[in-house]
Amino acid sequence: MSADIQEPELSTTAEREAVTVSAGVTPSKEWVIVTRGIERDYDMGGEVVHALRGVDLAVRRNEYVAIMGPSGSGKSTLMNMIGCLDTPSAGEYWLNGVQVSHMNDDELARVRNREIGFVFQTFNLLPRATALHNVELPLVYAGIPSTERKKRAKEALDRVQLSDRMDHRPNELSGGQRQRVAIARALVNQPAILLADEPTGNLDSGTSAEIMRVFESLASTGQTVIMVTHEADVAAHARRVVVLRDGRISSDMRRDKFTQQLVSSH
Amino acid sequence: MPFLEAVRLALTQIRVQKLKSFFTLVGVTIGVMFLIAIVSIVEGMSTYMEEDFVGKLMGVNSFELRRFPNINIGNTTDEMWREYMRRPPIEDVDLDPVREALPPGSRWAIATGSRDLRAESKYGPSRQVSGSAVDGDYFAIKKLDLDHGRLIAPQEFESGAPVVVVGQDIKEKLFPDVDPVGRELRLNGLPYRVVGVAAKRGSLFGSMSLDNFIVAPLNSPLRRVTQPRGVLNVIMVQSPSGEDMTEAMERVRTVMRSRHKLRPAQPDNFALQTSESALAFWDKIKGYLTIAGVILPLVGLVVGAIVIMNIMLVAVAERTREIGIRKSLGARRRDILSQFLVESATLSTFGAIAGIGLGFALAAAFGGVSGMRVSVAPWSIGAGVLLGISVGMVAGIYPASRAARLDPIEALRQE
Repeated sequence: MSADIQEPELSTTAEREAVTVSAGVTPSKEWVIVTRGIERDYDMGGEVVHALRGVDLAVRRNEYVAIMGPSGSGKSTLMNMIGCLDTPSAGEYWLNGVQVSHMNDDELARVRNREIGFVFQTFNLLPRATALHNVELPLVYAGIPSTERKKRAKEALDRVQLSDRMDHRPNELSGGQRQRVAIARALVNQPAILLADEPTGNLDSGTSAEIMRVFESLASTGQTVIMVTHEADVAAHARRVVVLRDGRISSDMRRDKFTQQLVSSH
Repeated sequence: MPFLEAVRLALTQIRVQKLKSFFTLVGVTIGVMFLIAIVSIVEGMSTYMEEDFVGKLMGVNSFELRRFPNINIGNTTDEMWREYMRRPPIEDVDLDPVREALPPGSRWAIATGSRDLRAESKYGPSRQVSGSAVDGDYFAIKKLDLDHGRLIAPQEFESGAPVVVVGQDIKEKLFPDVDPVGRELRLNGLPYRVVGVAAKRGSLFGSMSLDNFIVAPLNSPLRRVTQPRGVLNVIMVQSPSGEDMTEAMERVRTVMRSRHKLRPAQPDNFALQTSESALAFWDKIKGYLTIAGVILPLVGLVVGAIVIMNIMLVAVAERTREIGIRKSLGARRRDILSQFLVESATLSTFGAIAGIGLGFALAAAFGGVSGMRVSVAPWSIGAGVLLGISVGMVAGIYPASRAARLDPIEALRQE
């Protein structure tokens, strides 16, 4: 990967426009994510750590984006920000046309429930609940009645080819199956974005490929997918790769260009 | 989160951690157990006092004119006692003015009595008995029914014949194998003939027998060994109705005050005792018992609450990651709060239900051993369950609000 990092660059002029219009202006509908100069500082016992130092990012509906970066680059912080688990110290975050950067805890919980489907490296399934019940959980918090919930959870499991495993608990499932349950759970509320954090980090290469195929097919059916990873060959599946370094975007490019760069650096 | 969902979740949690749940519940269980047991025992005693005890000692709609109250289990101070001793006795000569004052339809009886008479017969060992020399409608007012034989005849009352009606204890102990009717009995050395045996009356508090008595005519020799000449223990009056009784009591009070030459400012120097006045002392005791019945379980419940709070804090710590997952999926603070509150309340309600069962068992065991009646107050079941729920809620508030305030990022990071 190129070491000469210059100014954070955006891949298209449209993206540049989306993030550079004046603060407080609602982005146009095609943008599912727009961040404007997001900063995040942590107070680590008197010493202030700048995890994000002004991130401008715009993601279109239906995009498949990988966020990369070495550890300490701020990619986890950015992921928490995009996932509405955290709010920025400065800057704006617009999700699906709504500014979420100033929301309180409960409002953020609502947004997470409706707009975001998480897929974690460690799956994060409830160990004592069946696959079906795990998938039902977001619907429970959305206040969907039980029968409707069961129906939709089954459909979601069906989409990841796990209908025959819905009464199994996580410890009765393989790693790949667990991650597919997690994907079903992430999709069950039809979120605006599917947000995956190192989704193949705990899987062997065969299973990783299987999971990547699931993401591939979801992306091809129009699901917006954002994947945080430090593995270049995982990121290579995405159609756009955003690289973070020291709390800033150091590069943002289309896949063809990224793959080229990947090949040339080897 | 819907309430039922939260309850279901709580039940799963309890099922998964049976032993821990059991230990958590012990405090609440013991608290509620004592509450139910004490309430049942007090309630049983209460029913007993109100229906049985007074019914056995005093007839319906009746009152007694005495020198001082004989049912006086509350505190009798030395001063009260000295005042009692200064009072004039009730005398034979009081009877006629009292009778004249009574509304029509009233019954009356008079009696002198002693509780430590020596009774002997040829058939069994001698024993201490209580004896009364009576006149008037004594048997009717006291509801003394005959088992067999006959009552004392009017001529025998008139002449003061040495005949007696005896209680079941006398029959069993002094005449173990023979029918006492027609046989001789000695009371403090003097001979009497038994003419009737009274039906069994049972006992007070499960131990104080009410069948160890002998009744003779007032003018029989028994009177001389019980009271000085001309002195009565009691004049009893029974009215046809409760209203008549109140009326009769007021009239008797007026008569007695004038006979004792009391000025309006002076208090009565005689006692008019009704079943209600006899019960006044019981209400006092019941009050104390009820306070004990509240404070004792309270200690158990406070301990129970502390244990539950502890366990819930541990549960929140252990399940931090679960809380993180739930929050990432859209659980709001109030969802997490209610999840843990419901869990805590469900847990402690289980404890309370177990306590209700054990409390009944304890009360029943107490009743079995002591012979006292125990009765379950329906409200105590409701109170037990309600206490369980509220102890759980109170104990759960702090742990649940800690869980609700957890930062999802931190919580997800936890192993």
